[in-house]
Amino acid sequence: MPMSDNQQSVGIVAAQTAVFDTPLTLASGTVLSSYELRYETYGTLNARASNAILICHALSGHHHVAGRYHADDKAPGWWDNMVGPGKPIDTNRFFVVGVNNLGGCHGSTGPSSINPDTGKPWGSAFPVVTVPDWVNAQARLAERLGIRRWAAVIGGSLGGMQAMQWSIDYPERLAHALVIASAPKLSAQNIAFNDVARQAIITDPDFHGGDFYAVEAIPRRGLRLARMLGHITYLSDDGMGEKFGRMLRSGEYQFGYEVEFEIESYLRYQGDKFSDYFDANTYLLMTKALDYFDPARDFDDDLAVALRQASARFMVASFTSDWRFAPDRSQEIVKALVEADRDVVYAEIESVHGHDAFLMTDQPYVDLMRAYLKRVAEEVGA
Amino acid sequence: MSSTLSLREDLRLIADWVAPDSRVLDLGCGDGALLAWLARHKSVRGYGVDLDVANVVRCVENGVNAVQGNLETGLAEFNDLRFDHVVLSQTIQAMHNTEQILLEMLRVGREAIVTFPNFGFWENRLQILQGHMPVSETIPYQWYNTPNIHWCMLGDFEALCAKNGISVLERVVMNEGRRVHLFPNLRGSLAFYRVARR
Repeated sequence: MPMSDNQQSVGIVAAQTAVFDTPLTLASGTVLSSYELRYETYGTLNARASNAILICHALSGHHHVAGRYHADDKAPGWWDNMVGPGKPIDTNRFFVVGVNNLGGCHGSTGPSSINPDTGKPWGSAFPVVTVPDWVNAQARLAERLGIRRWAAVIGGSLGGMQAMQWSIDYPERLAHALVIASAPKLSAQNIAFNDVARQAIITDPDFHGGDFYAVEAIPRRGLRLARMLGHITYLSDDGMGEKFGRMLRSGEYQFGYEVEFEIESYLRYQGDKFSDYFDANTYLLMTKALDYFDPARDFDDDLAVALRQASARFMVASFTSDWRFAPDRSQEIVKALVEADRDVVYAEIESVHGHDAFLMTDQPYVDLMRAYLKRVAEEVGA
Repeated sequence: MSSTLSLREDLRLIADWVAPDSRVLDLGCGDGALLAWLARHKSVRGYGVDLDVANVVRCVENGVNAVQGNLETGLAEFNDLRFDHVVLSQTIQAMHNTEQILLEMLRVGREAIVTFPNFGFWENRLQILQGHMPVSETIPYQWYNTPNIHWCMLGDFEALCAKNGISVLERVVMNEGRRVHLFPNLRGSLAFYRVARR
């Protein structure tokens, strides 16, 4: 992503680890006696600790939001186009925290971590975690960092769900919730896609019921298929058509089953790359957290009643070509917020980038984020 | 923001009709000037609706709640009777679904405030007599590029209300910032209505 001259990177960053020894009771009833959270911070926490922003990641995200670990890293953090000095989430004003969620595979305690009780990787024994569990863990990290109240909790997709959950579970502990390309719960179609992805992983002979670490196997085929399927849902038909169309790599039909169309090549590349670094159990767990997310469930299935718990002000944004969490789904959130009498700004951004648009820089989206966060900064004295 | 200090004349009249501490929905809210003024001076809780994302961004800058949406498709984001006042300012003449928006306004709100340029204004009539479609301060478009497709005069709007069981609670007709009492349909360029379900 090109950067304009007045916008710089946060530069070289380093991740940190917070160790928690207070047991955490999960939604499933399981108790995690201890766990670690891997996180990064950018900018400086002000004296009143009023300028902190939490970035919640989506399905395959992590704590490395901005900057580079080494000057020669190929790519910066996953939201480097939005987070940095002079960028919409301005690290000259805000203290920004990125955290890898529980169950992740980027340093926080998860299925690939060592279970202290057995001395072996958790694998299939790692408990299923939910969005509220993540929020509880993030709340403890906030306490550790001396942040009593976030200026904003921000997330796209599954990250937006965490921002919503924060507003309901810890109303006094955030001033703003930014819910981007998200949904108040998954549709049957969303769950269906997730289950196909899970089945791809679970039926891979190298999965070994989730305990593949012991036999030094990796269910690569399953992960690859899961990621390919996911990728289709992240792009729009138009965007995919524009980028790949029916382009053939060799220009001629080969009358076989090798890679021919550019879209095949792209998806296989994405799948291969993903299966090199992502943990299969984490993928299963993240999709399950998505499926279970439904904050209205505890409030007679009335989202407005759920959101009436919140005292945060909301920014909700959707993207026209996103069919994974289409604008309709964001409108459900907006409708409930208006019904609950909560402050909300909602924009439906014109974009060809599908669900992935929340990671892109369509101009109205950047303008909206910049304007909204400028207000937040003024309000909290950042 | 300058608009919090001096509200545009026509918006000022609308603001006078809004009760303190009420809930207001402003359709076609633009930069949110009316809602910002109402929040500040009448502690009104409001939401704006606008089709243009650039206006949503301007509302953010002005600290106003705004929902991007298309009035032509109705007000599905809003439940019945959520608002005390629903405002549609100089927009109804540019809408395709004119009757539907009026009904939608009175579904989501107790009262609707509708303003529009009065096509019956004498200057318009004069231009028509001279063989041209009217162009004026309140109608600053040529016939071929105007967004205004549903022109009406005072009587026409009142007939639409009557047909739908809507009563006119209050009417003000203005020209050049002054109220017109005598022959309003001839001497008034801008009409303001406060209406409610019978």
